[in-house]
Formats: sequence, structure tokens, C-alpha cells
Amino acid sequence: MDDKELARLLRLGMAGDETAYAAFLERIAAILRGYCRRRTGVGSVEPEDVVQEALLAIHLKRHTWRQDEPILPWAYAIVRYKLIDAFRRRGKRVEIDIGDLAETLAEPAVETPHERDVGRALEALPPVQRSVVTSISVDGASIGETAIALGMNETAVRVALHRGLKAIARRFGKD
Amino acid sequence: MDTSHLIKTLAKDARTSDKSVGTLMVWACVAASLFAATVFALLLGPRHDFAAAAETPRFLFKFVATGTLAIAACTLVPRLARPGAAPGWRAALLAIPPALLAIAVATELALVPAAEWQARWVGTNWLVCLTFIPLIGIGPLAIFIAMLRRAAPTRPSLAGAVAGLLAGGIAATFYAAHCFDDSPLFVATWYTLAVAILAAAGAAAGRLALRW
Repeated sequence: MDDKELARLLRLGMAGDETAYAAFLERIAAILRGYCRRRTGVGSVEPEDVVQEALLAIHLKRHTWRQDEPILPWAYAIVRYKLIDAFRRRGKRVEIDIGDLAETLAEPAVETPHERDVGRALEALPPVQRSVVTSISVDGASIGETAIALGMNETAVRVALHRGLKAIARRFGKD
Repeated sequence: MDTSHLIKTLAKDARTSDKSVGTLMVWACVAASLFAATVFALLLGPRHDFAAAAETPRFLFKFVATGTLAIAACTLVPRLARPGAAPGWRAALLAIPPALLAIAVATELALVPAAEWQARWVGTNWLVCLTFIPLIGIGPLAIFIAMLRRAAPTRPSLAGAVAGLLAGGIAATFYAAHCFDDSPLFVATWYTLAVAILAAAGAAAGRLALRW
């Protein structure tokens, strides 16, 4: 995966280009999936849960990427942090070698169906945030459609979405 | 929620107005310095012979020691705030203030008769020093912890500890303008202890407040 292309997509995304940002997230998710699958054994930590936590973290912390620096070392540091956190929550001590920066092999973008931690965290959101995030994530509605369906204006929908995502991320690492 | 749904959801929140770590750091440094200056002015103020003291090497050296600590910690905090930005060789910058102190202590021991060592070491202000450096520094530490919460430190305790060193460096720089104990023997002991208190507080705050 070309780091420059990832950087270009993320820059566009941070400026508001949703299509470029989705493309960035798809590509980085495939890389993270490969990373997590190679480091989780059967029955301990579900790799796709960590992929989702790392995606949320990448999303909420994307301003900590310096636009003149490569993406992958930054993204690997985040997924490594989330993976260690996931192991710790399950009562295991792990050392994860950081000599993995050269590994940019992506796994095919498939996942096994499973009720994810992120989905469970969604259930615990306050009502408005939950309706907004559910409408957009589960029903696949746009910001505009969600605004009409819930009788809100678009700005309020964007704010509720952002706060809801932050609240979901905060639930990790606290249990 | 499966991952493709999550990605579609995140994509709709694409635009960000969050400030970069560099910008956050600049504002935190400005706020921390103003805060420390205010607390210093309200509680202590500079010593009355400040102008005369400013011509003596021992007095000036205090600012060299505390200033290099603040600068070294200041270059490290933003790196500890960003994932994948290992401090690397810059971590060695933190060895400069102790090294300067060691040279200054050796010089002082060579210049001053042994009979005076103890008086200069204990000084008259050690309790004031141990009280007011943490007192001036605790607000700046809180500011830097708040800044780190908006960033993404992958080593929370370490990031908090270095934030404590930075707050300590700023606080000690102000305190040095007040204190009459200028001997490096005093500075190496009591300033170090006072800054260590802030570093320990920062490490604890990092462990508690900087997980993300």
C-alpha cells in the first residue's frame, strides 16, 4: 500500500471529502486487519473488535497525524496501543514487537459476522446520539435523511454523530 | 455493527476542526507560563535585590538549569503526544540539566571550603522551595495533561511524567527569581526534589487520565 496515496486520501478526508475518507478507512482497515489477525490467537481477542476500536481511534485522533509525515507508522502505533489494551482488558500481559512497520500486507477485506463491541457500546448511548448513530450506521442513511427522519437540523445531526462516536470510543478501556 | 457500516459512519464525520498537536502545544505553553507567572506574582514575587543578584553567576546558573529542563521537556511532550513519534535521540536532552548541575556542584565544592558546604546545601529556604515549586507548577501540569488528553499519548505514564518535568521547569524558573539560596548544592538537592514531586504527580495523572 502506497503511503503517499493513503496520506492524500486522509488529507482530503480531513478537509471534508467523505468519499476519499471512506476510501482511506477501507484501505487502512484492511492493513489493520492483517496486523491484528497475525497477533491474536483463537478465542482470546477477537481481531475484528480491535480493528474497529483502532478505526474509531484513528478517526477521533486523526488530527495527531502530521500531514508531512508517513501514515503507516502512526496507524501501526495506534492499532498496537489498542491491541495491547484489548489484551489487558482480557487479563493478559503481552509484548508486541514494533518491528512490524515494514509489514504492509493487507488481508482481504472480509470479516466473520459477530456482535461487535462497538455495536454493544452503541446500545448504551443516550437516546438522541443513539438514534443518529443507528440511523447512519445500521440503516445507512445520509446526514440529510437522518435529519429529516428525526426532525433535527443537519448541524445537530453532525454534532450528535461526532459526540456519539466519541462516547463509543470512551467505553473501551474502562471495563 | 460490522466494519463496513462503521467505516461508512465514520466517513460521514470526515471533516475535522481539531487542532494539530503542535498548535495545542503552543497554546498550552502560553497558558501554562501565564498561569505560573500569575501564581508567582500573587504568592512570592521576585527577590528585592533581583538586579544586583542578576550579576552573580550562581544566581544566573539557576535559570540555566531550570530553563534547559523546561526546553528539553518541551521538545519531548509533543512527540509523546503523537502515536509513532518516538522521542529517539531527543530523550537524551533530559540528561543536559542534571549534567549541568553535576558540573556546577563539582565547581562549588572546589571553590567553597568544606565547612560551608552544609549551610549552602540546606540553605534557608528549602521548605519554601519544596512547597512553592509544586504549588506554582500544579496548574501548568493540569494544563499540559488537558492538552495531552486531546492528543494521543501511547505511553500515558511517561507522557504525564515528562509533562510534570515541563511544569516543574517552568515553575522552578519563576521560583528561582524569588529564592536567596543560589548555591548549586541547594539547587541540585531541593529544586530536583520539588521537580520530582511534579513529575511523579504527572506520571500518576497520566496513568489515570490519559488512557484513550
